[in-house]
Amino acid sequence: MSDSTTAAHTHEGLHNPALLHHFATEEQQKDSASFGMWIFLGTEVMFFGGLFCAYLIYRGWYFGDFAAASKSINAALGATNTGVLICSSLTVVLAIWAAHTSRRGLMLLMLALTMLFGLGFLGIKGIEYHDKFVEHHVPGTSFSFEHEEIPGHPGQYANARHAEIFFALYFIMTGLHALHMIVGLGIFTWLFIKAWRGMFTPRYYTPLEIGGLYWHFVDIVWIYLFPLLYLIDRHQ
Amino acid sequence: MATATVPAVERENYLNKHYGVGSWLLTTDHKRIALLYLMSITFFFFIGGFFALLIRLELLTPAGDLLQADTYNKMFTQHGQVMVFFFLIPSIPAVLGNFLVPMMIGAKDLAFPRINLLSWYLYIIAGLMMLHCMLTGGVDTGWTFYTPFSTAFSNTKVIEAGLAIFVAGFSSILTGLNFVVTIHRMRAPGMTWSRLPLFIWAHYATSIIQILGTPVIAITLVLVVAERALHLGIFDPRLGGDPLLFQHLFWFYSHPAVYIMILPSMGVVTEIIACFSRKRIFGYTFVALSSIAIAVFGFLVWAHHMFVAGISVYAALIFSLLSYAVAVPSAVKVFNWTATLYKGSIHYDAPMLYAFGFLGLFTIGGLTGLFLASLGIDMHVHDTYFVIAHFHYIMVGGALMGYLGGMHFWWPKISGKLYPEGWARLAALIVFIGFNLTFFPQFILGYLGMPRRYYQYPPEYQVLNVLSTAGATVLAVGYLMPMIYFLWSMRYGKPAPNNPWKAAGLEWTTQSPPTTFNFDEEPVVTWEAYNYDEIDADHKEVTVVG
Amino acid sequence: MFDNFPLWPQRASSIAGNVDALFIFLIIVSGMMTLLIFCAVLYFAARYRHRRGVLAEQVEGSTPLELVWTIIPLGVFMVIFGWGAFVYFQSRTPPRDATEVYVVAKQWMWKLEHAEGQREINELHVPVGRDVKLIMTSQDVIHSFFVPEFRMKQDVLPGRYTVAWFRATKPGRYHLFCTQYCGTQHSGMIGVVVVMEPAQYEAWMSGTNNGPLSAAGEKIFAELGCATCHRSDTQGRGPNLIGVFGKPVQLEDGRIITADENYLRESILDPGAKVVKGFKPVMPTFQGLISEEQLNALVAYVKALGGPSQPGTRTAMSEGAAGKGNQVQ
Repeated sequence: MSDSTTAAHTHEGLHNPALLHHFATEEQQKDSASFGMWIFLGTEVMFFGGLFCAYLIYRGWYFGDFAAASKSINAALGATNTGVLICSSLTVVLAIWAAHTSRRGLMLLMLALTMLFGLGFLGIKGIEYHDKFVEHHVPGTSFSFEHEEIPGHPGQYANARHAEIFFALYFIMTGLHALHMIVGLGIFTWLFIKAWRGMFTPRYYTPLEIGGLYWHFVDIVWIYLFPLLYLIDRHQ
Repeated sequence: MATATVPAVERENYLNKHYGVGSWLLTTDHKRIALLYLMSITFFFFIGGFFALLIRLELLTPAGDLLQADTYNKMFTQHGQVMVFFFLIPSIPAVLGNFLVPMMIGAKDLAFPRINLLSWYLYIIAGLMMLHCMLTGGVDTGWTFYTPFSTAFSNTKVIEAGLAIFVAGFSSILTGLNFVVTIHRMRAPGMTWSRLPLFIWAHYATSIIQILGTPVIAITLVLVVAERALHLGIFDPRLGGDPLLFQHLFWFYSHPAVYIMILPSMGVVTEIIACFSRKRIFGYTFVALSSIAIAVFGFLVWAHHMFVAGISVYAALIFSLLSYAVAVPSAVKVFNWTATLYKGSIHYDAPMLYAFGFLGLFTIGGLTGLFLASLGIDMHVHDTYFVIAHFHYIMVGGALMGYLGGMHFWWPKISGKLYPEGWARLAALIVFIGFNLTFFPQFILGYLGMPRRYYQYPPEYQVLNVLSTAGATVLAVGYLMPMIYFLWSMRYGKPAPNNPWKAAGLEWTTQSPPTTFNFDEEPVVTWEAYNYDEIDADHKEVTVVG
Repeated sequence: MFDNFPLWPQRASSIAGNVDALFIFLIIVSGMMTLLIFCAVLYFAARYRHRRGVLAEQVEGSTPLELVWTIIPLGVFMVIFGWGAFVYFQSRTPPRDATEVYVVAKQWMWKLEHAEGQREINELHVPVGRDVKLIMTSQDVIHSFFVPEFRMKQDVLPGRYTVAWFRATKPGRYHLFCTQYCGTQHSGMIGVVVVMEPAQYEAWMSGTNNGPLSAAGEKIFAELGCATCHRSDTQGRGPNLIGVFGKPVQLEDGRIITADENYLRESILDPGAKVVKGFKPVMPTFQGLISEEQLNALVAYVKALGGPSQPGTRTAMSEGAAGKGNQVQ
C-alpha cells in the first residue's frame, strides 16, 4: 500500500537516488518491482503451460512411441544439466545475500559463477543437440527413427511419425527454455556490470532480486522438463 | 478544485510541457503514451474498416464479381486480425486505461512507465510486421488460423502474420501487468478497493485475462509457425498430429480475449451512466464482482466454439452449461445499469447517448449469445452469419460504442477542449441506426443458412446482403464524424474547464489538460466513489459546462 | 415467404421442427427481455430526465433484487440449456438401421458413396422418410457438411471419421454448403441434397451398376492380402473380423474399446496403436497406400461381415454385451 507521507518529494537528500519519481517510497518501488516480476513469471507459466499441455496429451496417446524416443536422449547429460542449474540457483541466492550484507567481492564472484553455470548448461545442451542431429532425430526431411523398440515390448517398434512428434516437442520445449536461459545470461551480464559499478547496496538491490526470481523460474521449468522428457518409462 | 475561469495564457500541461518528436517518442508520461496509442489504433481501425468495406461491396451481389476468391479470403482474414489484435484489444485499455488509471487512483503514473512505452513500441513493431505482411501478399487463413489449412495448405504469409500477432500479444501482456501492479500498489491514501471507480475494477479484471490468457495464444502461434516452417506434425493428422488440439489451444485464449474486448467498455459505460444520472451506480459491489466473475468464468467456456468440431457429446454438454453460467454476470450488469437510471437526474449529452446505445445493443448481442450457447441451435447456426451478427453486436455495438462514449466523456480532460455537442449527438444517432441496419439482417441470413467467409452466395440471400451493405455505409459516416470534429476541436474547440460534466472521480480534480504529474499534491481520499449527492448539493464546487 | 426473399429456411428433416421450436422459444425469451430493458431504459430516461432544482435520489442497491435477477435468469438459462442439450443429443445419435453414405470431402468438392454403391459428386440423393447416416472424412483440410433446411451440420476432419445423420421429410432440392473455411473455393464447395419419393429413388438407384460398397471392399480385402492373416477361423495371425463391428474389443494393454468406424480405420492406417490382446503387432500399415475411398470400402466390408443374423463364430474377442451400436464419437 502506498505510504501516507509526502515527505519523499521534498528532495531532502534522504532518499536513495534510485527512487523513481512516481513512487512515494522506496518500499513501494521495491514491492512493485517484485510484484511485477512475479506476474511476469505467471505469464511464463502460462506460456510453457500450453506447451506442456500439448506434450502431455501426445504422451498419453503415444506412450510407447514416446518412451522409445525418450530412451534415445541422453539422461546422464540431462541429469548433469539439472545439477548445473540447481548450483546456479544457489549462486544467485548467495549473490543476493552478499549484496544484502555488503560483501562486494562475494557478490561479484557469485554472479560470475552463475553465468558460468549458465554457459555450462548451454554447452551441454549443445552437445545433446549435436548428438540428435547426427542420429537424424531432428524433425524434418532427414528425420529417421526406424526399428527402435518400445521399452518393455520386445519386437514392437515405435511409430516413426509419433516419435517425430516427440522430438518436435523436445526441441521446441528445450529450445524455448534455452532461449530463456540466453536472455537470463544477458540480464546477469547487465547485473554484473551494474554490480561492478557499485549500484547495489544493502539498501537497494532490487534488480538483483528480480533478476534472481527470473533465473529461479528458468531453473524450475527445467526441473519439470527433465523428468517429463528424459525419464519416460526408464525402469524398463 | 480549480477556479471557474480559464486564464488567457495557456497553462503548462502534459501536452505543451515539451515539444518535439523526441519528447513524444521517448516519453514515459502515461498520458502521452495514451495519445500515441490513440493515433496508432485509429490508423489500424481505418485499415480494418477498409477491408470491411471491400467485403460488404463484394457481398452486394450473389456472384463473386468484385474480387478474386483468394483476395476476398485475405480481406476477411485481415479484417478480423487487424480489428481484433490491433484495434479492439488495445483500444480502451491502451488509450483510456493508460490515460485514466493512474489519475483515477490518485497516482502520478503507472507503476512501470518505461514498460508502458515498451508496450507501445512492441505494438508498433507488430503493426509494421502486419502491414508488411499484408502489403507483400497477405494471409488468407481466417483470423482463426485453423490447422491443417494454415500449417500445411495455405500459400500465404502465415508465419509473418503469426509472428506479428505474437509481438502484439506481448504488448497486451505488458499493459495488463502494469495495470495490476499499479492498482494494487499505487492507490492514494484512503483509496480503498471499495472506493475505486468501477472503470478500475473493469480494467483490473481485463488485465487478469490479458496476463493469463495471452501467453497461450503466444505458444500456439509459436507451434503453428514451427510446424509450418519445419513441416512438423503436431497438428497434422497425416503425421500423427491432431487438428483439434490447435482449436483447443487457440480458443483457450481467444474466448477470454472477447472479454478483454468488452470488459473495459463496460467500465466506461458504468462511469458515464453514473455521471449522467447524477447517482451512485446501483449495486456497486455486484457490478465490481461481476467483472471478476466474467474474467474467471471466461476461461472455462472455450470449447463452445467447437460444438460441431468433433468433440464428444459430453464435453459439449459441459461447455454449454458453463457458457450459460458466464452469461449471468453480464445480465447482472445490464440490470444494475438500468436500475441506476431509476430516480436519477438524467442528461442526454453525447456520452450518455452512446451509453444508451451500448445498453440496447449489448443486450441484444448478449441475448443472441444464449442462442449460440444452446447446443440444439448452435448445430444449425455455427459458422453462419448468425455468429457474425452476434459478435459484431457485442464488439461494435458494445465495445466500440463504449469506446466512443468514453472518448467523448474524457475528451475535455485529454485535450483541454470541448467537442461540438450537436454534431456528437447526431453522430451517435447515425452510428446506432447504421449499426442496426448493417447487422440485424445478418441474424436472418445466418438462420437461413448463409455460411461465413463466403464471397458468393445463392441469389435468395441478396436482399438481406444489400440491406447490410447499405447500413455499413451509414455506419461509416457515423464513424468519420467524430474523427473530423475531434480533430477540429483541438484547434477550434472551446477550452474546457476542469470538470465540464461535474463528474465524480479524481481525474476530474486535475486541470484540463492535466499537468505531467497529474496532481500538485497527493490526494487523500475520504469519500466514497460516485458521491454525486455531495457534488450536486455543493454548488460552489461546480463549474459550468461551456 | 417470398421466393426470392425468404426470411426463414424450410423445414425438411425430422429434427428441423425441434430446432425451430427451440429457436422460437429463444426469440420469445430474448424478445421479452429486450423489450423489458428497452422499455425500462426509455421510461426511466424520460421520467427522470434532468429538471432544474430536482436532485437525483441516491439508491444504494438492493441485495434481494440482485439475488432475484441473478437466480431467475440462471433458472431460465438452465431450461434453455436442457432443451438444447436434448435436441443436440437426438441429432448426434444416429438410429440403428440407418442407410449409410460415405462422404469424402476435399478441396473443393464433396465425393459421396452410398453403401449400396452409387457414387455422386456434390449431390446426395436420398429417399424421403429414410434415416441416412453420413460417415465422413476429409482428404486434406477441415471442411463442414451443412444442410440448412435439415438443420444439420458436422465438421469433416482429415485423419478420422465424423458422423451425422438425418431423416428427410419433404421432397425437394436443398442447399449443401461447406461451412468450415477451407481455402480458395470454400464458397464454391456447394452442392445439393435431392430428396425423392421412394419410388423415384428406387428408379434412380437402379440406374447405376456399381455393386454395393462392401463388395468393392471385399475385392480390396483380397487384393491387399488381408485375408492371409485375418482368416475366418482362429488360426490367423490377425483377429477374425467376422462380427467385430460394434462389439467391445480387448486390447493388449488391458483397455476395452468399442470397434467403431474410427477403430477400423485406425487399425488399417496405424495398426500398432491398438493391438488386440493375444496377437502380435505384426500388421503392416497401409497409410499412404490406399485412398480414402478404398478405406471407406474396406470399412464398409468389415461392417458387413457377420451381422446379427450370422451364427456366432468364435473370435479372439471377449464375450460381452453388444457394443454401443453404430455410434461414432
